[in-house]
Amino acid sequence: MLSIKKLHARVEGKEILKGINIEVKPGEIHAIMGPNGSGKSTLASVLAGNPKFEVTRGSILFLGKDILDMEPEDRAHLGLFLSFQYPIEIPGVSMVNFMRAAVNEHRKYQGLDPIAAGDFLKLMRDKREMLGMDKQLVSRSVNEGFSGGEKKRNEIFQMAMLNPKLAILDETDSGLDIDALRVVAAGVNKLRTPENATILITHYQRLLEYIKPDFVHVLQNGVIVKSAGPELALELEERGYDWLEN
Amino acid sequence: MIEQQYIDLFQQYKSEIDSNSVGVLNDQRDAAFETFKRIGFPTSKIEEYIHSDVSRAFDTELGLNIRNIPIPVSPYDTFKCDVPNLSTNLHFLVNDRYYDNNNQIEGLPKGVYAGGMIEFAKLYPKVFKEYYGQGADYSDNGLVAFNTMFAPDGFVFYIPKDVVVEKPVQLVNILRGGVELSVNRRILIIAEPGAKAKLLVCDHAVDDVHFVVTQVTEIFAEEASEIDFYELEENSTKVTRLTSLFTAQQSHTHVIASNITLHNGYTRNNYRFRLLGEHAIATIGGLAIVDKNQHIDNYAFLDHATPNCTSNELFKYVLQDRSTGVFCGKILVEKDAQKTLAYQTNRNLVASPDARMFAKPQLEIYADDVKCSHGLTTGHLDDDAMFYLQARGIPTEEAKMLLMVAFTKDVLELINIESLKERLEFLIDKRFRGELMRCGSCNVCQ
Repeated sequence: MLSIKKLHARVEGKEILKGINIEVKPGEIHAIMGPNGSGKSTLASVLAGNPKFEVTRGSILFLGKDILDMEPEDRAHLGLFLSFQYPIEIPGVSMVNFMRAAVNEHRKYQGLDPIAAGDFLKLMRDKREMLGMDKQLVSRSVNEGFSGGEKKRNEIFQMAMLNPKLAILDETDSGLDIDALRVVAAGVNKLRTPENATILITHYQRLLEYIKPDFVHVLQNGVIVKSAGPELALELEERGYDWLEN
Repeated sequence: MIEQQYIDLFQQYKSEIDSNSVGVLNDQRDAAFETFKRIGFPTSKIEEYIHSDVSRAFDTELGLNIRNIPIPVSPYDTFKCDVPNLSTNLHFLVNDRYYDNNNQIEGLPKGVYAGGMIEFAKLYPKVFKEYYGQGADYSDNGLVAFNTMFAPDGFVFYIPKDVVVEKPVQLVNILRGGVELSVNRRILIIAEPGAKAKLLVCDHAVDDVHFVVTQVTEIFAEEASEIDFYELEENSTKVTRLTSLFTAQQSHTHVIASNITLHNGYTRNNYRFRLLGEHAIATIGGLAIVDKNQHIDNYAFLDHATPNCTSNELFKYVLQDRSTGVFCGKILVEKDAQKTLAYQTNRNLVASPDARMFAKPQLEIYADDVKCSHGLTTGHLDDDAMFYLQARGIPTEEAKMLLMVAFTKDVLELINIESLKERLEFLIDKRFRGELMRCGSCNVCQ
């Protein structure tokens, strides 16, 4: 599904990713762990197509397509979703209008007519209830005045609305209390199918207690220094990252 | 000299101007003429006009319909405003004259007058003489002097003591003509003590010729009255619109003045708000959406002359293509105006590298126990918000539009008529999509 080869990327002239290789197959959950500043969020941004980052070498194939020259919206239409580490507040754009536009753009790409008003409201309600989101939140402007936890929950809500093939969750656990973490993790697990895949980017092992990964990769200084099964996460929790450096 | 042709015209046709107008208007023409001869049109040599040399609009052969030659138009049958069904009380000024269809306009409480200025002068000579021209000071403004010299007619909205007009009244200014035309009209609003009313004024150019419009509006809010004054400009790019609004607020009044520039050519709006009685509130909104080579300049002067008054100003601009925006907001807090609350905000979104914005807040405060603030920002679309929307599958152009529409929202919040607010949201959306054609819903030019 996703094939990242020898990926190098930089921001403001500084090289952050220095040759990343990752293969993700349908149905798999990959966790990418690593200390602060190792390049985890850069990888997420590069995958989603953030224009602030420049890919200097390497390739990213998603569903067999080279996505490096694609706009962020085209990557989204293909089924790639990024849950932001810091979701953006957009005053004046209502959640309803935002989601309707997003859903309809996805449908347009799939050759479908815009969603009927009644179906859309039902979809919103179902997903909102699944994630235990307050009704008030979806009637407000996008993320405006949301708490940290509400913003993260809203990201997973959007993911549920758009039903992506590959979800990249960038530090979705940070800022969540344990109850919110459970709800969000339950939501992610509910959305799992044998056809879609998830990349979890996280600093801590905590999230992995609720969402079981198939693979754990450790990113340090712009390269993957170790890949293994879920047991690696526990080892990291115990020993930290330092032992991997050499 | 640009002014010479107008000076000659006035001297030559003064008697015809008078015979096609009415006494009180005529009485003020000579004095205005003397001022105009002395100061002429404002040019960019005057600081307040540094980015808008309005004199140049007059440097051409403009016709004036002095003899009141009828303009073939029947607006009630043919014109559909972009803000329909807002009011059952709909009036038209065709160029600078009130269009009288001889029909009784229904829906106004007893004693309220909404209609032509010449007619009002005949029906209420005493009231008219007491107010007309008393707010519109032309001593330092050649545009107002020019308007006072030539204006033949206009619109009057008169609300007697303690009368509340629930439904908004709507005035549509239509521009029609086969030749380049100078149009000079007046609007007079008188709210007697305790009166409440709302007026929406829409500007539409019908014919695609060059119009140079001066409009002088006077609002008199007597004690404890409330007036909402909304203006919506949807003109062609060939129209030069030069307006001057003067308010005079007595104690415990609330005036809302909101101006939406949705489509224009070259626009300069002058505002002179005066808070003359204690506990008066002025709420002032301005929204300008400009593109191509359009030019919009709002100059707002707010005079806190007495204590305990509140003013709240919000002006927002969205500039695209090669358009130019100018804003100057001056607040004067006079020596005795203690406990003044004055807030001014100006936010500008420059959505194109070739668009330009000139903004200047000016606070002059002579009282010591006041709260005054001003905020000014000019910026581009937020990259992070753009990426966020795109990452959800919303294409670049659509994402830009969503953000531009969102940017305009809080100015609309100042509007006190729910149906107008909703209609404006719809029109603004259309405007950004490029679907707001000139006279989109007007049958006259189809």
